[in-house]
Amino acid sequence: MDNIFSYVFMRRAFLVAAVIAAVAPCIGVPVVMKRLSAIGDAASHSALAGIALGLVLNSNPVIAKILPINPVLGGVLFAVIAVLGIEFFRTRFGRFSELAAVVVMSAGIGLTAIFSGFITSGSSNLSSFLFGSIVAISDFELYLTLGLGAAVIVVSMLLYKELFYISFDETAAMLSGVPVKTINFVLMVLTAVTVSVAARIVGALMISSLLVIPVAAAMMIAKSYKQTMVLSVVFAEIFTIAGLFASYYLDWRPGGTIVILGVVVLIAVMLLSKKNKS
Amino acid sequence: MLMTVNNMKEILKVDDLCFDYPDISLLRDVSFTVHEGDFLGIIGANGAGKSTLIKLILGLLKKDSGEIRLFTDKIGYVPQKANSFNTDFPATVREVVMANLYKSVGLFKRYKKTDEEKMKNALKRVGLEGYENRMIGKLSGGQQQRVFIARALIAEPELLLMDEPTVGVDAQSVHAIMKLAAELNKQGIAIVMTNHDTPTLVKAANKLLIFCEHGNSEYVARADLTMEQISEIFAGGRAHNHG
Ligand SMILES: Nc1ncnc2c1ncn2[C@@H]1O[C@H](COP(=O)(O)OP(=O)(O)O)[C@@H](O)[C@H]1O
Ligand SMILES: [Mg+2]
Repeated sequence: MDNIFSYVFMRRAFLVAAVIAAVAPCIGVPVVMKRLSAIGDAASHSALAGIALGLVLNSNPVIAKILPINPVLGGVLFAVIAVLGIEFFRTRFGRFSELAAVVVMSAGIGLTAIFSGFITSGSSNLSSFLFGSIVAISDFELYLTLGLGAAVIVVSMLLYKELFYISFDETAAMLSGVPVKTINFVLMVLTAVTVSVAARIVGALMISSLLVIPVAAAMMIAKSYKQTMVLSVVFAEIFTIAGLFASYYLDWRPGGTIVILGVVVLIAVMLLSKKNKS
Repeated sequence: MLMTVNNMKEILKVDDLCFDYPDISLLRDVSFTVHEGDFLGIIGANGAGKSTLIKLILGLLKKDSGEIRLFTDKIGYVPQKANSFNTDFPATVREVVMANLYKSVGLFKRYKKTDEEKMKNALKRVGLEGYENRMIGKLSGGQQQRVFIARALIAEPELLLMDEPTVGVDAQSVHAIMKLAAELNKQGIAIVMTNHDTPTLVKAANKLLIFCEHGNSEYVARADLTMEQISEIFAGGRAHNHG
């Protein structure tokens, strides 16, 4: 077989994968610590609804001419609305706040199903967002991912101690003057944007796994919040890079390969760290 | 009402405070003052409204009427059952304690070298020197409680609100925590502590706020009272003479 890096699209795929793998835990760690891991699913499925709507509008020649929108932008819009909806519902369910994400995800899935019935041209398009198409990334998507990735990393580094405090003890954070509501809002919007852009690359069905699984694996062995953060990035990089290699040589879908590799490694780490503890 | 001559600076003054939850009538005309150097014990049965009062002072709940005046913004808070947080949260003692430096460090900023010293000093004050790299979830209940006290101390409070700090810890830790509170009080921190373990708290405090069984509250200077008189007030009898 040829050298995997002799293909431009593969080099590009590795670059994008490495960036997303660094970005996902920046969002994933605080989201998991705040016990909001279902938010990734809710946001990605809502993004899918926005993407589907974008594709519907695109497949209508008249609308496509007047208002040619990139479906990803529709995804971002819907995902942002979704996470704001979760914040809205979260307080209303009290202790059962995790219901909020499930309700919003249901709405996302429902809308996706309805919109997908109206996509006339190239229905395979939607499936490329469901499962991702990391090896077929346009220039626009490449720059969008790089720009967004850099922005998410910078913001989450700037807000590192604030995000830690809010995740650990929201009341104490508020009392010491942390702008809790604003930072929660920023985290939600970053999640929405990350998830909808990454949907194109690893797939809407799998992006939330990339947010959560590296963090879950890191938590098994980390001895601090900082270590959790660092190890999550390390795990995410291993999953995506090794997953891409494997998918190339096995000829499996990249998104699925990455996620399954992650699950396998998570289980292995879980078993090994149990042994160490007892 | 209590009438003692006191030249010390006022730290907290509560007047005719009333507060109800939608279907529970709770605090009626609660009044008391905390001066510099005071140790106020708040006594009352479970459900009397002690935690609610603390949350009102902190601004976590909105009062219905009355006045709460704070003369300092350096307030430390040790929440009730601080040790019932998510113990699987991967955080070190260092990370938890330093987080409360937020006010002095500021948004977006990083910790400085001196902040690390402050953290170590706070741990020393609560008797947990050298524990900074331990995971908080792996400590005993009493140690966790002291970490939360250290977290409050690192911001150098003038007023420390401790909500049942001795609940859910072993007997030895109860002793250590009460001793620590007395020490901090001697070092000049005004303390407000709730507890339903009445005798221990009565011994430590110089002022008491007692939520009686019939729902009224009584504010007294501890020195004036015997344990029996306190039980009497608690039961709602007013056959004593104080102030
Ligand atoms: N958020 C709330 N909504 C409604 N009722 C509450 C709430 N929090 C506490 N209560 C009720 O108010 C009463 C006083 O509670 P609390 O202040 O925690 O008492 P204490 O700390 O003295 O044990 C209790 O009956 C409790 O059930
Ligand atoms: Mg209480």
